[in-house]
Amino acid sequence: MTTALVRRPGLARLRLSRNRTGRPWLYLLCLGFLAVVVLLALLAPWLSPHDPNAVDLGNALAGPSASHPLGVDGSGRDTASRLITGARTSLLGPLGVVVFSTVVGVVVGVTAGWRGGWLDSLLSRTTELVFAFPGLLLAILIVSIYGEGLIAPVVALGVAYLPYVSRLTRSLVLAERKRPYVEAYRVQGHSGLQICLRHVLPNIAPVVLAQSTINFGYALIDLAGLSFLGLGVPALTPDWGRMVFDGESAIQSGYPLSAILPCAAIVLTVVAFNVVGERWADQVARRDR
Amino acid sequence: MTTTPAKTPEFTLDVRGLRLQLPGAARPVLAGVDLTVGARETVALVGESGSGKSLTSRSVLRLLPPGATTEGTVAVQGEDVLTMDAKQLRRLRTHTAAMIFQDPRAAINPLRRVGDFLTESLRLNAGTPDADATERAVRMLEAVGLTDRVLRQYPGQLSGGMLQRVMIAAALMGDPALILADEPTTALDVTTQAEVVGLLDDLRERFGTGLLFVTHDLGLAAAISDRVYVMYAGRIAETGPAEALFEQPRHPYTAALLRSTPRLDAPAGRLAAIQGQPPSLREELTGCLFAARCPFATQVCTEDLPPHLPVPDEPSRLVACHHSDRLADQLAESALHD
Repeated sequence: MTTALVRRPGLARLRLSRNRTGRPWLYLLCLGFLAVVVLLALLAPWLSPHDPNAVDLGNALAGPSASHPLGVDGSGRDTASRLITGARTSLLGPLGVVVFSTVVGVVVGVTAGWRGGWLDSLLSRTTELVFAFPGLLLAILIVSIYGEGLIAPVVALGVAYLPYVSRLTRSLVLAERKRPYVEAYRVQGHSGLQICLRHVLPNIAPVVLAQSTINFGYALIDLAGLSFLGLGVPALTPDWGRMVFDGESAIQSGYPLSAILPCAAIVLTVVAFNVVGERWADQVARRDR
Repeated sequence: MTTTPAKTPEFTLDVRGLRLQLPGAARPVLAGVDLTVGARETVALVGESGSGKSLTSRSVLRLLPPGATTEGTVAVQGEDVLTMDAKQLRRLRTHTAAMIFQDPRAAINPLRRVGDFLTESLRLNAGTPDADATERAVRMLEAVGLTDRVLRQYPGQLSGGMLQRVMIAAALMGDPALILADEPTTALDVTTQAEVVGLLDDLRERFGTGLLFVTHDLGLAAAISDRVYVMYAGRIAETGPAEALFEQPRHPYTAALLRSTPRLDAPAGRLAAIQGQPPSLREELTGCLFAARCPFATQVCTEDLPPHLPVPDEPSRLVACHHSDRLADQLAESALHD
């Protein structure tokens, strides 16, 4: 497999589980962490100790206590409850981005790679145009047109992430369709579409899915960034990026906990997604050798 | 044949005047190929790399390089492949003609089980129920000397010889009238080669298929085939019954090919080689394409394209050479000296 996945430098360096003979403890740890985060998000209404939006101004910026184990924020809202409930939007947003960019990107990439010719040129040049435009800027533009809400930034980032997926898919399809088995199926009387859907697509799927897992982490950062800028979810929705934004003033007052905790949640989740995605990508890459 | 063309074709495969031009090439890659394969007949198509032998066999399934333009007819069971619509073409590929590729490991999707590979064509294109398709797959696997255990295995778990047997079984799945084998033994080691060739011959007899065997191995061609076509630079140089053709070549190219085949019983020394290179597709040539490398070449060879003429006293043989009698004389002479 000559096609390299698109990985941003920096995070990709963080691979403590390099040692292949030893147990992949970092991978397992990250997988476990992700499982916990997903479970928390799914069971948020039952697990959060308080109403995440219950305001208690008299208790604002209080430190950890028995009833508020992670303290409260500047409006007296329970940080633990907001973190747990916020995991929902914080994961749902990137999920939307990844699903959108993967589905559309695969369709575009497969069409371009399989059909070739002018359609390939058209699709490839169009998607490369998106490359030239920073994803976050595109998202800000779309949000400023359509206003606050989860849908607009998700679609915007989905469009921004689409070229990564479509380019990868296209190159994979190009490599795959040259393999002799495609021709062998063709002379057995299979149509091009059949071969493409039944053989080429399943064969390239693991690589694309590994890329999507890595993309998930980046989408989480970007969406949190948008929320921090006040362009993401509506003001009252609990969301990690939004919490960092809300906690900003608290830091200036000397109470950093309510901002640092969501930051930590974002960083840890992104790192965990990257480690897991990297490992899957490595496993897929090794499969062919 | 003119009275009932589609019903009772004389030949399983009947290629007439096939010309194939690629974009950017100065002369056609195939320059008027005539070739027939009868029912239950094994025909070998030999030639060096780039002579167009693979293209000829591929054009039978209309597996043409992009941008290729064709002239002539390629009739399989009396139906012209080159003018078929997509539906007819798929029927042809599913049921009438099948191809066995050079490298079986590359020709099977490595991520699918063998059973899937064998039955897919019938299940999807012919609408055969799963159970029937699997039953046929088991029968075909048994015919090629494998057990039904293979059905659940992945291509990576089988040896090259076994995989080529799977390929042959796959070719037989649609009960074809014609099998095209494009150097099916090149990727195999010698002992497996013999097995696969024997198997092909056996199955051709049993299932009554015609077999077009494309190879550059003259020994193999002589051993397996009833008739042989020798191809050079997109043209048939010589054709005839295998035994007669190898015994007494009438085309200098065939003679040179035979001389350059390594033999164990020959005296030690340098291998005989054919001087020069096959003509490039970029140059336009008049006359005989072999003239530049031919020891018999004269003025006429570079000017006139030699027509395919029957060899005197041997009506089943055709040769395209101006100096075929001179070659015959020389061979007879050297036979006297030996």
